[in-house]
Amino acid sequence: MAQSLRVWINGSEERISGVAPTTMLLDYLRASGRVGTKEGCAEGDCGACTVAVRGERGVQAVNSCIVPLGAVSNYEIVTAEGLVRNGVLHPVQEALARAGGSQCGYCTPGFVMSLFAAQYSGERGDGVLEGNLCRCTGYLPIREAARSPSAPAADDPYFTSTQPAEAADYSVGDEHFFSPRSLKGALELLSLHPGAKPIAGGTDVGVELNKVGRRNAVLVSLAGVPELRRLTETAAGLELGGALTLSELEARLGGRVPLLETMLRSFAARQIRNRATLAGNLATASPVGDLAPVLLACGARVKLVSLGGERTVALSDFFTGYRTTVQRPGELIASVTVPKPDAPRLEAVYKVGKRGADDISTVAAAFSLELKADKIVTSARLAYGGVAATPVRALEVEQFLIGRPWTERTAAEAAGRLRGLFTPLSDLRGSAEYRRALVGNLFEKFFYEHSAEVAA
Amino acid sequence: MSAGKPLPHESAAAHVQGTARYTDDQPRFAGMLSAWPVLAPYAHARITGLDTAPALTVPGVVSVLDYRDVPGENDSSAHKGDETLLPETHVMFHKQAVVWILAESDAAARTGAALVQISYEPLTPILSVEEAIARGSFHAAPQTLTRGDPEGAMNEAAYRLSGELFVGGQDHFYLETHVSWAVPEPDGSVHITSSTQHPSETQGVVANVLGVPAHQVTVTCLRMGGAFGGKESQAAPYAALAALAARKTGRPVRVRLRREHDMVLTGKRHPFWGCYEVGFSSEGLLGAVRLELYSDGGFSSDLSMPVMSRALFHADNAYFVPHLHVSGRVCKTHKVSQTAFRGFGGPQGMVFCEEIMDRVARHLGLAPEGVRARNFYRGNGETATTHYGQEIIDNRLGRVWHDVLKASDFAERKADVAAFNAGHPHTKRGLAVTPVKFGVSFNNTPMNQAGALVLIYLDGSVGLNHGGTEMGQGLYTKMLQVASSALGVPLAQFRTLPTATDKVPNTSPTAASSGADLNGQAVRSACETLKARLAGVAAKLLGLSAPEDLVFEGGVVYCRFQPSLRVLFIDVVRQAYLAQVPLFATGFYRTPNLHFNAETGKGRPFHYFAYGAAVSEVEVDGFTGEFRLRRVDIVEDAGASLNPLVDKGQIEGGFVQGMGWLTMEETLWDASGRFVTNAPSVYKIPTIADVPEDFNVTLLPRAAQEGVIYGSKAVGEPPLMLALSVREAIREAVSAFAPEVPRRVELALPATPEAILRAVDAVRTPTREPVPGD
Ligand SMILES: Cc1cc2nc3c(=O)[nH]c(=O)nc-3n(C[C@H](O)[C@H](O)[C@H](O)COP(=O)(O)OP(=O)(O)OC[C@H]3O[C@@H](n4cnc5c(N)ncnc54)[C@H](O)[C@@H]3O)c2cc1C
Ligand code: FES
Ligand code: FES
Repeated sequence: MAQSLRVWINGSEERISGVAPTTMLLDYLRASGRVGTKEGCAEGDCGACTVAVRGERGVQAVNSCIVPLGAVSNYEIVTAEGLVRNGVLHPVQEALARAGGSQCGYCTPGFVMSLFAAQYSGERGDGVLEGNLCRCTGYLPIREAARSPSAPAADDPYFTSTQPAEAADYSVGDEHFFSPRSLKGALELLSLHPGAKPIAGGTDVGVELNKVGRRNAVLVSLAGVPELRRLTETAAGLELGGALTLSELEARLGGRVPLLETMLRSFAARQIRNRATLAGNLATASPVGDLAPVLLACGARVKLVSLGGERTVALSDFFTGYRTTVQRPGELIASVTVPKPDAPRLEAVYKVGKRGADDISTVAAAFSLELKADKIVTSARLAYGGVAATPVRALEVEQFLIGRPWTERTAAEAAGRLRGLFTPLSDLRGSAEYRRALVGNLFEKFFYEHSAEVAA
Repeated sequence: MSAGKPLPHESAAAHVQGTARYTDDQPRFAGMLSAWPVLAPYAHARITGLDTAPALTVPGVVSVLDYRDVPGENDSSAHKGDETLLPETHVMFHKQAVVWILAESDAAARTGAALVQISYEPLTPILSVEEAIARGSFHAAPQTLTRGDPEGAMNEAAYRLSGELFVGGQDHFYLETHVSWAVPEPDGSVHITSSTQHPSETQGVVANVLGVPAHQVTVTCLRMGGAFGGKESQAAPYAALAALAARKTGRPVRVRLRREHDMVLTGKRHPFWGCYEVGFSSEGLLGAVRLELYSDGGFSSDLSMPVMSRALFHADNAYFVPHLHVSGRVCKTHKVSQTAFRGFGGPQGMVFCEEIMDRVARHLGLAPEGVRARNFYRGNGETATTHYGQEIIDNRLGRVWHDVLKASDFAERKADVAAFNAGHPHTKRGLAVTPVKFGVSFNNTPMNQAGALVLIYLDGSVGLNHGGTEMGQGLYTKMLQVASSALGVPLAQFRTLPTATDKVPNTSPTAASSGADLNGQAVRSACETLKARLAGVAAKLLGLSAPEDLVFEGGVVYCRFQPSLRVLFIDVVRQAYLAQVPLFATGFYRTPNLHFNAETGKGRPFHYFAYGAAVSEVEVDGFTGEFRLRRVDIVEDAGASLNPLVDKGQIEGGFVQGMGWLTMEETLWDASGRFVTNAPSVYKIPTIADVPEDFNVTLLPRAAQEGVIYGSKAVGEPPLMLALSVREAIREAVSAFAPEVPRRVELALPATPEAILRAVDAVRTPTREPVPGD
C-alpha cells in the first residue's frame, strides 16, 4: 500500500505523505501555504475553492473543498496563484480585473479557475459560472469578463506532466484510499474490508466527511474502474456506466436521452457535475435526487454487481424506503440501462426549487407518454422527486391515463388526481401544500407546453 | 486628478491571483491554536452542569475556554451589558456557543468539543415577534415619529385601508466567514487581526473582556471578504475569544468560523412585522399613515435600536405624507442577536411604505407608478420636509424618475407587457418602477467623524492610513484617489496601510454608506495640512513669496501664474526634511450641522439624501410560481462619482443582494428555535443565472453634491432598495392572472415560487375587498 501520494501543484511535483487521505484538497492547499484558494462553505456550494485539475477526465474545474486527497493522486492541480507567468496575469485574470469583476475578491480565485478550466472544455456562457457565488458584484462585470475570448496557449504551460494520470492507492496508518483499476478489484476490496465505502465523485461522500468529521477509514474509489465508465448502445437501449460523470453524460449522450440531458443542465453546477456520477446519485437514494425521477420516467433498469454475480432490477423497484435501496453490502451499481422507446414519446422534465440554478429540488417531475395517432394515451410514466420518502411513480394516474384521449380535460383530471396522490412533507424547501399543488400543476404545464405539438 | 476616474479596485490584480491576504491567509505562527465551539441544543435553557475535562483527554487539545476564563467583563456588547460572551447560567439561543475547545488542529478541537458534558434545564423560548408582543418581551421602549395629526386626518380621509406584513431576515453570506487571530505579545499586550468593519469597537470589547486598558490591544483589519454590516458589531466576540484564548494559553490563536457555525452564531438582517392604516384621496394622494413596526431583535440589543430608528426614518421612502405616525419596537426573542445589514432597517421601512403605495393604487384602480410619482416630496417647505423635520434641499426624485422611465421605455413596454399577457394564459409579465430616497449619515450624530494619518517618506512615497476598512466596497481605492488628487502625487506613489487602531484611534465603523464621505474628508484634510507645509518649503525653493499660488499636480509643484516655475514633489520633500518640517499629518472630519432631538423626533439627522429609481420586468409561471427577471434599468444619483466603475459595482451588487432578500433568501427557524436554513445548500443567494443580461445602470449626470468629498455621494446601501421594483413587478405579473383587475394583490416575502403561486391562486379566485370607506 502506497504511503505517499504524488500530485503536481502549479507545475511542481509533490509527494505527500502522512496527511490523511480524506483530508480535503482545499485543506491541504491552504495548510501548505497555498492560501489563494478560499473556503466559502466547505460543502461544494459556493465555488470559492475552485481549482483546475487534470486527471482521468481531462482538465476540469472542481470544488477542492470536497475532493479528498486520495482522489487526486497523480493529478495535476492548478490554482489561481499558478496562473501568473513571468509576472503576467493570465487573460482570464486580466479580463476579470479590468472589468471590475472583483470587489472583496474572496470569490475571485474561484471564478478565475472556473473560467480557466472552461477554456479546455470550450464551454461558454453563464453555465460555466453557476457554481460560483459572488455576494458583492451582482455578476455583471464577471459575465462581461467571461465574454472576452481566450483559449489555452498552444504550448500549454500549465499542464505539462507526461505521466498517465492513473490514480494510485494511498494509505496513512489505518486509513486507506484504494483506487482499483478493475471492477473485480473494486469488488474484492469491498469484500475484504467490510466497513469500506465506495466513493465515486465524492460529491455526497465529501460533504458528509466535512459535516461529520472523519469517519470512513477505508474508501474504495470507483473513478478509475473502466467497466463502470462505458457507454454502450445496444438494440435494447443505452447502457450508461455507473461511474460516468454527469459532465461526461452531457457530452456523450448527444440527444439520445433528451429527458436526462435536460435535467443534467439544471443539476447542481459545473464543478459538481464534473465529479458527480450517475450511480452515486441513485445509490445515495435521496428523496430529492434529480436523476431518479427522470430515469423512472424513462423506464430504466439498474444492473447490480457483486463478487457473487450480477442482477438487474427495474429502477422502480430499486428504492425501498427513505435513503434505502435493494443494494446489498458489497454490491455496486454497474450501469443503468435506458430502454429505447418503441415509438416516439411525449416527454418533459421539470425541476422547481427556490432558486433557478444550482438548487436542490422542491419537486422534480418527469413525464413520458406514448400516444396513438388518434391521441389516445397508450403508455404513461409519471415520476416525481421530493414528494415521498423515495423518488416515485404515479402508478394510479398512469393507469388512469391509459386509453384516454390526450386532451385538456384528461390533463386537468389527471392533475386533480395527482394532487391527492402523495402525502409530501413540509420542510424548508416548501410546504406539503405547495408540493401537492406542484405535482398536479407540473402535469398541466406539461400538457399546456406540449398540446400544440400533438395537435400539429 | 484621479478622483472621478473609473479605476479598477486597487487590489484587483491581487484578487485575481489569489495573493490578496485575508485574515486567515496570514502565515501561521508556530504553535498556533484553533478553536471549536460547543453549541447549545436549546433556544433557551438554564445551564445546570458543565464538565469540560473529557475534552482535555483528546490528543492535541490544549485548553478550553468557558465563563470562568474571563478576567474582565464577560460581555461582548460594547458597554450595553446584555450580551454574555461565554454563558454561565443561561443559554439564550439555539446553538449559542457555551464553551470553546482550543487545540493544535481543527480536527482535535472538534473531537474535544464532542466530549464536553453540559447539562441543561430547558426553558420556554420566545421565538417570534407575535409571541414576544404577547409576552411583552422587548429590548427597549418604543420609538416614535409623528407629523401633523394622523388621527384627525385619518378620520377625514376619503378612503381608508389597513393591513399587515411580515418581512423576513437575511443572512449576510459574506464569502469570508468571521475570523480573528490573536497573538499575545511578551509585554502582556495582544495583537488582533480581525475581519471587522469596526476595529475600534473590536479593540474596546477585547480590552473590556480582558480587563486591560485599550492601549494593550491593537486591532488590525487587512481587508474583508465581504461584510455587508455583518461584521460591524459581530466581529468583536470572536476577536475577544481569540484574545482570551491567547491570554490563557500564551499561544497565538485563530478563531475562524466554519460556514455552518457562522450561519447559526452570527446575527442577520432583522425580520420585521408591522401593521398599517392609510387614509388617502380618490387620486391616491396620501392623507395619513399610521404604521406600527416590530422587529425581531434576538436575544441581545446589539444594533437593533438604531436599526429600528432608520426603519422609522425611511417609512416615508420618497413620499410626502402630511400626517404620519410611525412607531417601532424591538422584540426580545431567543434567537441569535440580529444586526446591521446593508440598509440598516431602511429597507424594512421602505418595504412597508411601498406596500402601502401599492395597496392605495390598486384599490383605486390607478397605475402604481402614477400614484407613486404623485406622492413624491416636491416643491419647498412643508411638502419637501420629512416627517422628522428635515427639509430636503436638493430633491432629485423627479430627475431619477424621469430618466429611468425614459431609459427603460417604460410606457411602450407597459403596452408590450399587456399585449403579451393577453396572449398567454399561463405566463404573465409585470413591469414596475420604484424610487429610493436614502438618508446618509450615521443616525447617531457623534459617530459622524473620521480620522486619517498620512505619512510622507523621504523618497516621496506616501503611506496612507485612515479609519475606514475595506470590505470590497472600494473604499481603499477611493481613498487613494482622494489622497492622490489632494496631494497632487501619482497614485503609484501611495500605499494604503492596513486599517489599525494604533494608527487612527476611536474610529467609527465603516458603515452607513459613509466610509468614503467621512474618511475621504479626513484624508483630504491631512493632505491639505501637508500641502500647506510643503508649499512653504516649495515657495522658498522657487523664490516665491506666495505659497498659496502653488499647485501640486502629478508629482510636481508649480506656480499657478508661471507654470515654468516648478519643482519636483520629491525635491520639496527632501528639502522639507532638511528644513525640519514634519512630513506626516493627521486629518480629521466631522459632518457639519447634524442634529436630532430624540424627544421631539425632529432634527436634521442626515447630511444629504441619495436618490435612485429602478424599473424591473419579470415573467411569472402560473403553474409553479417561478419568476424570471427579464430586464432591469437603474438610474442612481451617486453625485459626481469618485469612481464610476466602483460605484456601478456597488449599484449592481446592491440590487442583486436586495433581490435575493426579497425573492429567494428565506431565513427559517423551526418550532424549537433551531435556525434551519443554515447552509448554502438550503439558503439560496442569487447566482449569475438570476441576473438578466439586460441590466442597465446609469449614474445621474450633472449631479455633484455640495459639501461632500469631490461632490460624490454615498452608494453603498441605497441601491439595495431598488430591488423593491422586482417585488412590485412580480405583483404586477400576479395581478395579470386575475380574471378582472384585482383591487388587491397580496404577496408574501420573500416572494419565493411558493409565495408567488399562493398569490396567483388568490387572485384567480378573488374574495371581494371591502368597499371603500367601510
Ligand atoms: C453543491 C451540490 C449540489 C448538488 N446538487 C444536486 C442536484 O441538483 N440534484 C441532485 O440530485 N443531487 C445534487 N447533489 C448531490 C450529488 O451531487 C449527487 O447525489 C451525485 O450524483 C452523487 O454522485 P457521486 O459520484 O459524487 O457520489 P459519491 O459521493 O461518490 O457517493 C454517493 C453514495 O453513492 C455510493 N456509490 C457511489 N457510486 C456507487 C456505485 N457505482 N455503486 C454503488 N454505490 C455507489 C457511495 O458509496 C455513497 O454512498 C448536489 C451535491 C452538492 C455537493
Ligand atoms: S468552499 Fe464552497 S464550494 Fe468549496
Ligand atoms: S467579490 Fe466579494 S464575493 Fe465576489
